[in-house]
Amino acid sequence: MNLNHVELARALSPEAALTLGALLVLGIDLIFFKRAQPSVRLRSASLTAAAAIVTAFVFSFCNHASPTALESVLALDKLAVATRCGALGLSFLVLGITSLAPTPRHSAEYIALLLFATAGITLMAVAQHLLVAFLALELTSLSLYALVAFDTHRREATEAALKYFLFGGVSAAFLLFSFSLLYGLTGAVDLRGVAHALAHQNGSPLLALALVMMLVAFGYKTAAAPFHLWAPDAYQGAPTPIAALIASGSKLGGLIMFSRLLWPSLLTGTAANDSAHSGLAWLSTLALLSAASLVLGNIAALAQSNIRRLLAYSAIAHAGSLLLGVMIAGPAGAGPLYYYALTYGIATAGAFGVIAAVERNASCQQISDLAGLSRRSPLLAGCLLVFILSLAGIPPLAGFFGKFFVFSAALKVGGLAAWEGQLALAAILLSVVSLYYYLLVLKQAWITPVADNAAGQIRVSPVGAIALVLAASAIVLLGVFPNYLLGGV
Amino acid sequence: MNLLPFTPYLAFAGAGLTLLVGSRRATWARWIALATALATALFGLFAARVFVASAELQSLVDVSWIPLLGVRYHLAVDGISMTLVVLTGIAATAGVLFSWNIEKRPGAFFAFYLALIGGVYGVFLSADALLFFVFYEIAIVPKYFLIAIWGSGEREYGAMKLALYSFAGSALVLAGLLWLASTAPVQSFSFDDLAAAATQVGCGEARIMFALVFFGFAILAGLFPFHTWAPTGHVAAPTGASMLLAGVVMKLGAYGCLRIALPLFPAAFSFWQPMIAALAVTGIIYAGLIALVQDDLKFVIGYSSVSHMGFVLLGLAAANLRSVSGAVLQMFSHGVIAGLLFAVVGRMVYDRTHTRKLEELRTWPLHRLMPFAAVVFVLAALASMGMPGFSGFPAELSILLGAWRTSPWASVAAILGVVIAAAFTLRAVQVAFFGRTTATPGELVSVQPLPPISLPERLGAGLLLGAAVLIGLKPDLLLNWIIPSLHSPQFLQVITGGGS
Repeated sequence: MNLNHVELARALSPEAALTLGALLVLGIDLIFFKRAQPSVRLRSASLTAAAAIVTAFVFSFCNHASPTALESVLALDKLAVATRCGALGLSFLVLGITSLAPTPRHSAEYIALLLFATAGITLMAVAQHLLVAFLALELTSLSLYALVAFDTHRREATEAALKYFLFGGVSAAFLLFSFSLLYGLTGAVDLRGVAHALAHQNGSPLLALALVMMLVAFGYKTAAAPFHLWAPDAYQGAPTPIAALIASGSKLGGLIMFSRLLWPSLLTGTAANDSAHSGLAWLSTLALLSAASLVLGNIAALAQSNIRRLLAYSAIAHAGSLLLGVMIAGPAGAGPLYYYALTYGIATAGAFGVIAAVERNASCQQISDLAGLSRRSPLLAGCLLVFILSLAGIPPLAGFFGKFFVFSAALKVGGLAAWEGQLALAAILLSVVSLYYYLLVLKQAWITPVADNAAGQIRVSPVGAIALVLAASAIVLLGVFPNYLLGGV
Repeated sequence: MNLLPFTPYLAFAGAGLTLLVGSRRATWARWIALATALATALFGLFAARVFVASAELQSLVDVSWIPLLGVRYHLAVDGISMTLVVLTGIAATAGVLFSWNIEKRPGAFFAFYLALIGGVYGVFLSADALLFFVFYEIAIVPKYFLIAIWGSGEREYGAMKLALYSFAGSALVLAGLLWLASTAPVQSFSFDDLAAAATQVGCGEARIMFALVFFGFAILAGLFPFHTWAPTGHVAAPTGASMLLAGVVMKLGAYGCLRIALPLFPAAFSFWQPMIAALAVTGIIYAGLIALVQDDLKFVIGYSSVSHMGFVLLGLAAANLRSVSGAVLQMFSHGVIAGLLFAVVGRMVYDRTHTRKLEELRTWPLHRLMPFAAVVFVLAALASMGMPGFSGFPAELSILLGAWRTSPWASVAAILGVVIAAAFTLRAVQVAFFGRTTATPGELVSVQPLPPISLPERLGAGLLLGAAVLIGLKPDLLLNWIIPSLHSPQFLQVITGGGS
């Protein structure tokens, strides 16, 4: 393969910008701010990281031309560009949330790891090659393992990181095994080659095994039941901004990458024809995962008193709908899935941002820690209202349209006779259950008066306030004008 | 120029404004809310002045909204929606007047209140099923906060119950509509395209789709046995919110049944028709009997709302021109009368006596302490019982006459409901206001004088009473809008001539 280095550099310029940014963050901190206040170090690191993310965003936005020499390795189609931009936007939001949360002890390393994780996510968005996909996934995961354990003095953080790491390690092993089986079956490591080879051979039991193993890894990445067990602990123990990143950007990248792995037709941009679609055995497995996540996530969330665990179970419930989005990505395109994953990411990261801001004054673990938020900080309460209602799927917020696009596409597949239609119906009905626990959160924030010992007004840093308000406006605007985002994919 | 399309946004803008300035200055919040509600009402009345009813939806705005899914931003008005827009204007203005004494976070209160009104206007003006649904859900969320924050009694329970029932209903509607839309050859949610798609659907499927959509909406209209959220929610709500919820928001459900469920599935409707009529009549009688034994005055009004909404649903179920026009008239009539009853009970009586228990009210000589409230309540009670001269009379009469043609047994049973309504209303009047008519002058002196009825209350009561009397004396004002609209092709598929 003759590699054109200029094309490669252009195709990977966003990742390069992020990596350089991470190195700069570390270098600047080492040289200039060794003895500075932690808050100053965080500020300088954040500024550098923000510049890196913006640069990466500009690069990925302007980078439309698909490099012909690299087409077996990287995809730079509309979906990839949109996912990259979306993931970078989410990382930017997470960076804003970092300014709200308590200052971490080693800010430069923290921010640098955040940038590495982001680079992994953007790479996931374009991966078209089994090894690139694996590398991207591991780059993200390793950075996130370290970040989850960042508060080393907190025991829950260590527990969460260990759980996250063990689950992640095993699922990575499954994924690698699945890839090796695919390679053995087809002799190819790029997706086009794999798809081409598979199209010309009969279904082999080994292929089924490979796909099931891939689904295990996928289930882990998206926190779908029954591979969800790490999620509540990781969300609870991780620093709040990192929980936001795991729930938003990392999920978006993972969903798009696995959709590409499962639906080779996404590469060509054409919808799969019906006969090919109905014959796919992995769809029924995915449907089971989706149904299990919908039921388990929604029911278990009812019992939560910890706000982070509640958001984790809500994430599991949403994973059920997102998997439904993956199931229809073949026949209907990845547009609905992308819209859903991105807007869900904004809303859930925003909700974590509000938690981070509350946490700065006192611990914010229980739902009741949000009591009286509308008095302590009307801004945070207003933003939380938008985020939570969007998660609950109330129009005209973006969360509603995400569900709406996915469900209407799912019903189009085969009405209520098909798996997809039944899952959509179940998800619509279970959304009533979800409204209950979402309203419990809002009840604390808006209705329950402040507890006696709670502090007064919550001070929100201007940067963080801007980030949250931007995220809330994005939820409203993407909801009122969903076409802008949906038309871009 | 027709200002109607701006009413929802005027209300939303008012909501934003009260939230911004109202947290510090309660007076500003009140005046902004009043100005907004009054302005939307005037927009409605100006549009009504030049409105000429015809047999079609008259488009106001029609632009593409989500082209990929064929969703259009389509606002349109016909006689039915015009009637309900005018009702919303009246009820919203009166509601603000009766919320004048809200001291707790008035900015937020009026913000939620106006957001609710904006959603309601949007529903009545929508001519695209998805747009309809979006506004419908916008109207659900503020209800929860209005009740849970500013309510009384079991407010958090009542608010949650009301929100979950409403949301469950809307989930059923969404499921039905999405399912129907998925069978359509073209991606669209316009009423016409959906109706065209519905004709292609198999008989059994259409019946299930109709059931999803109709019963989803009917939950919000208080159809028995899905009505239990209504009394608990409306009783727990603050007065202004009770007035809106019982007066206007329950109509959203009935309007959805009439506007979407019936015209889309005429054949499936005729299958479900006896069932719906039976449930409606059961609701009329059952809720009436429950109202008869309540010991809380507000619960009497709450159950009477369910009973009266049963008439609306009976009118729809009978599905002839007379009964359906009566049902729309009843929506208007119940909107103003229920508002008035809740206003007297919640604002005039409860805010002064701090009790709603009939046992305790019996010991207050309210007719002497609050003659104005007593007069208004007696008039409202007469209107609620369907006395000639008030709007309830032509409405219920035409429902009963219409139902007689389709299902005489239902009509007879509903007449029994009218008798029960008279019984529980008179009981409430007697016990609450004239409990101690035999009190000696000495006993009367011992009771402290209550704060006088304020000007906003008098204005609000006058507004609602005036509307009830005006329509009672001249129902043609509304029927001239309603009846031509029911002659539209969509409605004629389900609604028979009925000899009107």
